[in-house]
Amino acid sequence: MKRQESSSRLRTSITLAQREERLAYLLLGPPVLLIAGLILFPVAWNGWLAFHSVKLLSLRQTSWWELDATWDNFIQVFSHPDFWPALRTTLVYTLSSTLLTIALGLMAALLVHDRFPGRGVVRSFFLLPYVAPVVAIAFAWRFILDPRGILMTALINTGILDQPLNVLSQSPWAMFSLVAFEGWRFFPFGFLFIVARLQAIPDNLYEAAKIDGATPFQRFFYITLPQLKLVLATLFLLRFMWTFNEFDDVFLVTKGTGGTRVLTMKVYDFLIGEFNVGAGAAMALVLFAVLAALLTVYFRWYRRLEAEAD
Amino acid sequence: MSEQIENRVIGLLRIIGVIFFLGVAVFPFYWMLLASLQPLIQTLQNPTQLWPTQIDFSAYVKVWTQFKFGRFFRNSAYLAMLTMALTVAFSTLAAYAIARLRFRGRSFMSRVILLIYMFPAIVIATPMYALYTKLGLRNNLNGLLLVYLAQTLPVGIYMLHSYFKTLPPDLEEAGLMDGCSRLGVIWRVTLPLSAPAIASVSLYTFMIAWNEFLFAFLFLDSPNSFTLSRGMMQIANNVNVSQQLTMAAAVIATLPVILIFLVFERHLIKGLTSGGVKG
Repeated sequence: MKRQESSSRLRTSITLAQREERLAYLLLGPPVLLIAGLILFPVAWNGWLAFHSVKLLSLRQTSWWELDATWDNFIQVFSHPDFWPALRTTLVYTLSSTLLTIALGLMAALLVHDRFPGRGVVRSFFLLPYVAPVVAIAFAWRFILDPRGILMTALINTGILDQPLNVLSQSPWAMFSLVAFEGWRFFPFGFLFIVARLQAIPDNLYEAAKIDGATPFQRFFYITLPQLKLVLATLFLLRFMWTFNEFDDVFLVTKGTGGTRVLTMKVYDFLIGEFNVGAGAAMALVLFAVLAALLTVYFRWYRRLEAEAD
Repeated sequence: MSEQIENRVIGLLRIIGVIFFLGVAVFPFYWMLLASLQPLIQTLQNPTQLWPTQIDFSAYVKVWTQFKFGRFFRNSAYLAMLTMALTVAFSTLAAYAIARLRFRGRSFMSRVILLIYMFPAIVIATPMYALYTKLGLRNNLNGLLLVYLAQTLPVGIYMLHSYFKTLPPDLEEAGLMDGCSRLGVIWRVTLPLSAPAIASVSLYTFMIAWNEFLFAFLFLDSPNSFTLSRGMMQIANNVNVSQQLTMAAAVIATLPVILIFLVFERHLIKGLTSGGVKG
């Protein structure tokens, strides 16, 4: 209401509120322009590309605003023999990686929760996998898991295996390796969230339980775990979303071989393998739609959980 | 009695657990360093040997000069530092506007910013690739810089805006009363109070830009504009390159970010704890 009064043709003296608003737009301008140009526009343009037959080579000649849409790209995506297997692979990969990440993060957090000498250093080292460049650690893992590498040699020397396994490109080992890599790389993320939540649990809950004679394991299951429910659910949501969209790790660790060809690899196959921009865009759109559908279901359950916690 | 036994079992399990987790977390880094430092023949002949019998720095020299990692290092540093500086500058101002100033669309902005951060890179990759090809911006470090900024600004704005909201507005108001301009208040009052938050945003955005793989890999074609991530792909795909060289390259890419992390982490925890005591 105030704003309407002030804008009533008093042009000579701008009110304080107007000045504040102008300053706000000025401060927000550069980031908003960048984000609009390099995220929102590409997402919108992806929608356009998905409905047009665009190849990389013809891209420069393609008009930006052509209107005759086609379903060809989606037909290509869905009729591709790899599509349904890739969708299944993506779900297996995403679900197992997410669960492993959270389980390891929870274990690491419980280990470091109580004070002990060197705790700060241990905590820093736990975070290393998460901060290192993915390319560098992916290649280290590839060499470690190589049939002639340290792990296979050690397994043969100790008599556990007779023959080296190709755990990077043989099904189902490739998926195990990939999930292990994800668990290793992202457990620190869960660890950070869970440690912060653990510290917020009031001590008197534990003391009361101790007086009542609860054992440490009982205290974990009846106090700690219920208190962590919400943060675990949030972690699941975030990790699920990001793993579903993960491309780098799959591309670098197993290269999509041995039954690890996920949907994001299909985007890359269309775009770089076949220079088929339209099909790549359609694939990305399908990926996004599947994820959105899964998240909608999850959110229903999550809201209920949140309401319970309040 | 049983409580005591259980406690002792848990204490033992904890020690074993900590050692196990430490070993697993650190081992790939240790192996990377080992394989880069010992002559290749030893890695191949005796893969399970965990201590080098001979140290050989030649791989580092070769990677740095012959494979141009010196150049890639400079490119990565340029991109990461500029991304960090511009993200901190722009997102401080924008986050301040969202947290403190009244304008139309404010509540919309504060809600939408996190959503944008959630947009997955792979969904943007195809249109960005097409867009940059059409505009002729591929193979250009500054083109890549813009992409990185678009990725880091939403995070930066989100983190700083939630931090600014926790600061008491009284101090800023006092500054305004004393005749300071808004920008003066941001510079003299808000920024000094936000040092810990700004440190964490800096660290985070530096890390994102330094480690970024997908866009560097898709966009950069000529070795002069390679970043370390892109350069590593080149070296690994070269059949004539040994494990030793690849791991030397990996160490060059990893070491700076780990060093920065270890230094900053102390500052971060210090900042957070002292802020907590005062708060």
